[in-house]
Amino acid sequence: MAVVSRGFGGRREPTEKPLPPGQFLTEDFPVLSAGPTPNVDESRWEFSIHTETGEAHRWDWAALQAMDAEDVSTDIHCVTRWSKLGTGWRGVPLDAFFADVETEDDFVMAHSYGGYTTNLPLDDLLDGKAWLAYEFEGEPLAPVHGGPVRLLVPHLYFWKSAKWIRSLVTQADDVPGFWEQNGYHAYGDPWLEQRYS
Amino acid sequence: MTEQWHVAQVVGTTPVTASARAVTLAVPGFAGAVAGQHVDVRLTAPDGYQAARSYSLAAVGADERVELAVDRVPDGEVSPYLVDELRVGDRMEVRGPLGGWFVWRPEDVGPVQLVAGGSGIVPLAAMVRARRDAGPEVAARAPFRLLYSVRTPQDAFFADELEAAVDLTWAYTRRTPPGWPRPARRLDAADLAASTFAPSDDLTVLVCGPTAFVETVAGLLLEAGHDPARVKTERFGGAS
Repeated sequence: MAVVSRGFGGRREPTEKPLPPGQFLTEDFPVLSAGPTPNVDESRWEFSIHTETGEAHRWDWAALQAMDAEDVSTDIHCVTRWSKLGTGWRGVPLDAFFADVETEDDFVMAHSYGGYTTNLPLDDLLDGKAWLAYEFEGEPLAPVHGGPVRLLVPHLYFWKSAKWIRSLVTQADDVPGFWEQNGYHAYGDPWLEQRYS
Repeated sequence: MTEQWHVAQVVGTTPVTASARAVTLAVPGFAGAVAGQHVDVRLTAPDGYQAARSYSLAAVGADERVELAVDRVPDGEVSPYLVDELRVGDRMEVRGPLGGWFVWRPEDVGPVQLVAGGSGIVPLAAMVRARRDAGPEVAARAPFRLLYSVRTPQDAFFADELEAAVDLTWAYTRRTPPGWPRPARRLDAADLAASTFAPSDDLTVLVCGPTAFVETVAGLLLEAGHDPARVKTERFGGAS
């Protein structure tokens, strides 16, 4: 039984739909990054997928632009408790990148320019659940929000949507990434409120 | 352990600025916080409605005590309650301590440059206090400098205590004290060159403040030759 805080009424703005537990609605787009924003020019950007065989699949900016992109409208939920509804992105589903990738591994480590990492089950990146996104609300994705290209995995807390994405490396075990080594949950389902380890 | 909410009772409140206040909570079961960590605070209304937010710890060291310093967000739901309404004896819930990256421990060796914007001083103040309380040997092993950007002198958190504890440079952005040599302006490369440690292999730089402030400072630090891997940041608020 939670204790009642005397004099606290709360705002309880009517939201269009329920938010995950412990979240509040923001119209803003807050930024959470562990270090400086890396400046990654599109001409220098490259994305690769590496598997247990040592095989590497590579794409550059031109290859990304040549792939079939989707417009994605989705809610996003940050572990620092803000949620933002109906955000608009454009990007390429990860299924397209994994079409010719063969792996027995069940997990993936995402690596970013700047050194950030985050771990995910491979299944969470497939079946139209995740994208490489390069536009936000019709504009090129700003560096502070992960541009030129970020991972977009909106069904998990947003730290899983690695900014400045550079590569995915498959892994047999769910080895923890950066925040996952620093007190945060290995999986991060906002509806189950999996914030902390 | 961090999954657990602890009942917290207010044992003290102190004004910090016109818009901010320090709150001390007695929290049985809360222990082991490291400077730079934060807690989640949860408020419950009489009808069961709840709201939770994260706040950095302003001081660490005493177990079963939580020291916050909260700045009022004008349209906020929780911070106006904490700054304006809360009084001694009131209760809430606290979870933590949380976060293992933006921290400083007394056993850390090497110089530390702190750069704060506005209420971003809070986790950095916890580090300054932890170093001061750890004694002169730790202070000698870990030289600290603090560059603190505030709009006006009245907006500074913990001014006297920080000045007594650390090599501190003020940067005023809107209005300075009378006769202050540096005109009011935003932090720039000249400020960093004059008032911060030069890049080195053992330096740690910790920057905390509003998103735009941290973006600017981190960019200037990289231009000055700092290794991005040695620059830790914590941001609050939005960016378009």
